[in-house]
Amino acid sequence: MTARTGAQLALIFRRDCANLLGGARGRGGAVLPLLFFLAVAMLYPFGVGPDARLLNRTGAGVIWVAALLAAILPLDRLVEPDIEGGWFDQWALRGLSEEALMLVRIAAHWLCFGVPLLIATPLAAGLLALDGGQLARLELGLLAGTPALAAIGVTIAALTAGLRAGAALGGLLLIPLAVPVLIFGAGSMQPGGESGVLLLLAASLVALAVAPFAAGAAIRAARE
Amino acid sequence: MQPCRLVAQALACRRGDRLLLRGVDFALEPGAALHLSGPNGIGKSSLLRILAGLMRPFAGAVIAEGAIGLCDDHLPLDGHRPLAHALAFWRRLDGAGAARADFGLDDLGDVPVRFLSTGQRKRAALALLAHSAVPIWLLDEPLNGLDRHWVGVAQAVIASHCASGGIAVIASHQPLDLPGLAVLALAEHCP
Repeated sequence: MTARTGAQLALIFRRDCANLLGGARGRGGAVLPLLFFLAVAMLYPFGVGPDARLLNRTGAGVIWVAALLAAILPLDRLVEPDIEGGWFDQWALRGLSEEALMLVRIAAHWLCFGVPLLIATPLAAGLLALDGGQLARLELGLLAGTPALAAIGVTIAALTAGLRAGAALGGLLLIPLAVPVLIFGAGSMQPGGESGVLLLLAASLVALAVAPFAAGAAIRAARE
Repeated sequence: MQPCRLVAQALACRRGDRLLLRGVDFALEPGAALHLSGPNGIGKSSLLRILAGLMRPFAGAVIAEGAIGLCDDHLPLDGHRPLAHALAFWRRLDGAGAARADFGLDDLGDVPVRFLSTGQRKRAALALLAHSAVPIWLLDEPLNGLDRHWVGVAQAVIASHCASGGIAVIASHQPLDLPGLAVLALAEHCP
């Protein structure tokens, strides 16, 4: 990779972040998944009652489920608008590989989706009566696991771009693929489940290694 | 202008189950302009995308020397950004220094891209291509939506691009007025 390609990708990364964060095109931006995530944490105690012991025992799992479901919300604006606008064609003409572009987009998506979740988690943990130790382990798990959610999300967004009802299909596809992340994440909260964090890390590494190639191939296939 | 060449060898184009074109041959040297003419749906846009390397030909090959720019009906500008800001993205991506053709966009710099009219969008798309400083231009219906004045300007910009040693391939169902323009009637290449 030349220095020029690097500078171009840095420019594209900045644009990706601005569009994903800012709610370009009136589609909510980074705020909507965050509000959804917090709304689940807020509503859960209303649903099961204010028993602090019950909340404490189940809260971490609820937060993981909320994170997974929040990952579905931004799917329809991750890739499709740029295919419609011909952005990927123009980048391809300039010799930028779809794989590199997808890696950049995964990084931008994680920054605009994963990091806000990490920041909102203490608030959600407070609502669900988690203690400090649980919060620390939850944050560690989310830090290790959200890159996998971001990578899976971008891949699915690229695969379903241009399909009718692509957004609904994307949600259905994401859930089974993200189940390992949920299992490792919830498992890491059990007593003696520290290795769950390592498994989350492994899941993220695998997803990050595979996703740019799968998503890049999907972008190219969408041209035919 | 860097040296450039664009050669199509026995290209065939298929969309779905339908063979649209076959036996498309041409060789373009610097300064050449080629008009791909034909009715709607004959495969002009698909042929341009094959020439651009974005689609694989069903048969045949494309030999391109020199960077390729494509101006089609997509407008790769963020709709919520002001036009000047949106254009600046591509100028920075391509590196400044391109000779700027004037498409009368300076007055529209503050207007968000989504508010532009059809003709203004087309002018922005043409400006993007003109600013990218690539030698091979592929234009898909470049005159669509332009009024008489801007039709003249657009053709003058394409003519000056060719005069300075560039190549232009223009897909259009409209007649074009360019010096030294070769016409390839795609109707003759329908199977």
